[in-house]
Amino acid sequence: MRARLPTVALILYIVFLMLPIYWLVAMSFKTTNEILGGFTLFPQVWTLENYLTILTDPTWYWGYINSIIYVTLNTVLAIAVALPAAYAFSRYRFLGDKHLFFWLLTNRMAPPAVFALPFFQLYSAIGLFDTHIAVALAHCLFNIPLAVWILEGFMSGVPKELDETAYVDGYSFPHFFTRIFLPNISSGVGVAAFFCFMFSWVEMLLAKTLTAVEAKPIVATMTRTASTAGYDLGLLAAAGVLTIIPGAIVIYFVRNYIARGFALGRV
Amino acid sequence: MSGKTDNQRAWFLVLPVVLLVAFNALVPLMTVVNYSVQETFGNNIFFWHGVGWFQDLLRSERFHAALGRQLLFTFTILLIEVPLGVAIALCMPKKGIWVSVCLVLMALPLLVPWNVVGAMWNIFALPDIGLLGWSLNTLGFEYNMTQQPLSAWITLVVMDVWHWTSLVALLAYAGLIAIPEAYYQAAKIDGAKAWAVFRYIQLPKLGRVLTIALLLRFMDSFMIYTEPFVLTGGGPGNATTLLSIDLVKIALGQFDLGPAAAMSIIYFLITLAICWVFYTLMTRNEAR
Amino acid sequence: MAQIRLDNLRHSYMRAPKSDADWALKRLDVVWDDGGAYALLGPSGCGKSTLLNIISGLVRPSEGRVLFGDTDVTDLPPDRRNIAQVFQFPVIYDTMTVHDNLAFPLRNRGVEARHVETRVGEIASMLELTDLLDRRAAGLTPDLKQKLSLGRGLVRDDVNVIMFDEPLTVIDPHLKWRLRSKLKELHYNVRVTMIYVTHDQTEALTFADRVVVMEEGEVVQIGTPVELFERPQHTFVGHFIGSPGMNVLPCEVRDGAAFVGGERITTEGPAKAPAGANRLEVGVRPEHVQIANEGVPAEVVNVADAGRYRVVDARIGDIRINALMSENDTIAAGPTRLSIDPAHTRLYADGWLVDTRQGTEP
Repeated sequence: MRARLPTVALILYIVFLMLPIYWLVAMSFKTTNEILGGFTLFPQVWTLENYLTILTDPTWYWGYINSIIYVTLNTVLAIAVALPAAYAFSRYRFLGDKHLFFWLLTNRMAPPAVFALPFFQLYSAIGLFDTHIAVALAHCLFNIPLAVWILEGFMSGVPKELDETAYVDGYSFPHFFTRIFLPNISSGVGVAAFFCFMFSWVEMLLAKTLTAVEAKPIVATMTRTASTAGYDLGLLAAAGVLTIIPGAIVIYFVRNYIARGFALGRV
Repeated sequence: MSGKTDNQRAWFLVLPVVLLVAFNALVPLMTVVNYSVQETFGNNIFFWHGVGWFQDLLRSERFHAALGRQLLFTFTILLIEVPLGVAIALCMPKKGIWVSVCLVLMALPLLVPWNVVGAMWNIFALPDIGLLGWSLNTLGFEYNMTQQPLSAWITLVVMDVWHWTSLVALLAYAGLIAIPEAYYQAAKIDGAKAWAVFRYIQLPKLGRVLTIALLLRFMDSFMIYTEPFVLTGGGPGNATTLLSIDLVKIALGQFDLGPAAAMSIIYFLITLAICWVFYTLMTRNEAR
Repeated sequence: MAQIRLDNLRHSYMRAPKSDADWALKRLDVVWDDGGAYALLGPSGCGKSTLLNIISGLVRPSEGRVLFGDTDVTDLPPDRRNIAQVFQFPVIYDTMTVHDNLAFPLRNRGVEARHVETRVGEIASMLELTDLLDRRAAGLTPDLKQKLSLGRGLVRDDVNVIMFDEPLTVIDPHLKWRLRSKLKELHYNVRVTMIYVTHDQTEALTFADRVVVMEEGEVVQIGTPVELFERPQHTFVGHFIGSPGMNVLPCEVRDGAAFVGGERITTEGPAKAPAGANRLEVGVRPEHVQIANEGVPAEVVNVADAGRYRVVDARIGDIRINALMSENDTIAAGPTRLSIDPAHTRLYADGWLVDTRQGTEP
């Protein structure tokens, strides 16, 4: 076969990507004694203890449930409001449209660190502190602009004739939008939802700042473990592995759209 | 797309987005601006401080150092990730079952929560029991991330390359597979070598997605907080204290609201300014 | 420059083709004379792009050989075959100037700079691109881009053949005609073999000296435009060329004549069905069917105005037949008679022409 060098380079890169993940998985199956005892490439004694701890301790597994709740809320919310907006940007000219679009994008550029403290005060003031809805709303700051951006790209690829024909045929706007337009950009919606899920799932600073007990996300539970319960690396590793799994599942479902999706529908 | 129609009622479609984002963006921004011009001695008593905090900050060596480290970090990772990502995309197969396998494996780091990225690399790099740390030390390199600034920096950069190069690669890949086959055929007929194909066909066609990649990578690396915080905590010393880490230290650690707010604003403005340049370049390319 | 010969060519995109339908090209032997202007005409999916890619070397045929002169080039890559190709959508190097685009194929082949300049100058003036040489190629209109990609082929003086793959697809209708005549003029001046692939009969017939008609992976006829019109070798060619296409009427053959719907129709020479033929048809172009006082009884159903002439839609029994009449004739619906010119009436057996001319019988 020709083209050997690229294949080798690609394999090397993927090995580089997998190594830290392998190490995390290996650690999660080791006993604390083995970890602290010195370097071992494979777990000498396989143990499920770390996973059992997480799956039986409510403070641990509620972390997962909390994360999933606010990530789902955020994804649904962001897509729901971004759809009509993206449609407006892709089809109409209106007063201030370009400035509005740029302003939306600037919010994607706002460092979460800048907003952490004011967010804390804002959501405390309106009584939403430590609720799932607070995190879901806060993550809208960067997810809505992104969703609008992606969806607008996909929608601009749908010929305007589709809309016109539908209106001539007597469809009302909501009917046209849900029955005809949405199925046409379903892959775009999938891609946008994937990105919203991804950024909401991986973000920690805001999620941690806006919660204390009731809605505490798994990522925050992990930092607590690292700092207070000493260095329980096996437990930390197991928790880490479990946070990667939802991501892996989501990627598996969108694998056929990934390439187009990452170009935000604009290639 | 041409053929957009004028329609002021489109505002109604945009309104929910505007309200939600404005609620999240404007109120906190006002709070920050408010703090940035006042001085407090606790108990919620504030005094007008004018641009004092801004002047202090712009003269402060601590801020300069953090900004310098931030810029160094951002440009280093852009210099590595963008060319590497393009190279990886060029290496990828164009069709077949291996495409999906590659895509899924490459996308995996992108969906790892950021503090898990930090934790994972921390465990990976531990000098005595981490795979990376142990290997390097066994091979005779002096490597200790928690003691030596250089080790910490290298780990930080490699971690970011691990985390985000795939994003650039996937974007570039999407751009590459969108190039019509005729271009490659024409180049073959014209006798172009691989380098010429890259230079005159692939690279120009990638321009658009690469700007997006550059923009996203710039924004996210400039705002990076969680991963380095978990990995090194800004240390050893202040060696890896990037802008956002410094900011959180001041705001939440020392509760110096005024300076933290002033810093937030300057930080935001810098990000905004650079992104605006990118955005202008991008839309201008689009218009052409 | 050389003659191009396709020798026993077959191609399938499948690894193990079984049925006839698995072959994109079903076996062809075609000779393209040096310096000819050819059109490769056929509906989409007939295999013409496959054939083009085999000649250019982008596709290797499953069986058979491609010969340029005496050299077997079947296994040579495109850049070693000295061919040029203009694609359906303009392929240009966006970041280069018009000048550098033209110089690119020469520079890749290490031609010395002085010669490059001379050639680029010549070709640019031939294509009327001289004023644009310093412009960035990305900003050109589609027709100029197509000219430019043609220029990249012409600039090399060793080119055996220039191939055009539906080159006018993206060109504005009013510019198509101009570009087509420019192409014809260029062919006259440079005398390089040109193969023009299209599904549009007008483009094919105006450009080419000889037209190769393809259908379902087979060459059905090679001939001059006049031959294709006058004596289609296959009912497909009759249908495909001409507007409206040839009337193809199912018939029976007895007593040296054809009978359509029970009516006797005289063919060119005495009609005789070949042994074992399943399907017999009479083919006559609407141009040679006239409404007259005597002839075959028929019924006029409809008359459509088509500019300088009228298309009469008539029935012989329930068999449909078209006639072309001048715009001055008055035609009423209802019973009439059709005169069908025997000199232009052909007999087809299973789609293929039966030669019924006197003296050619075995």
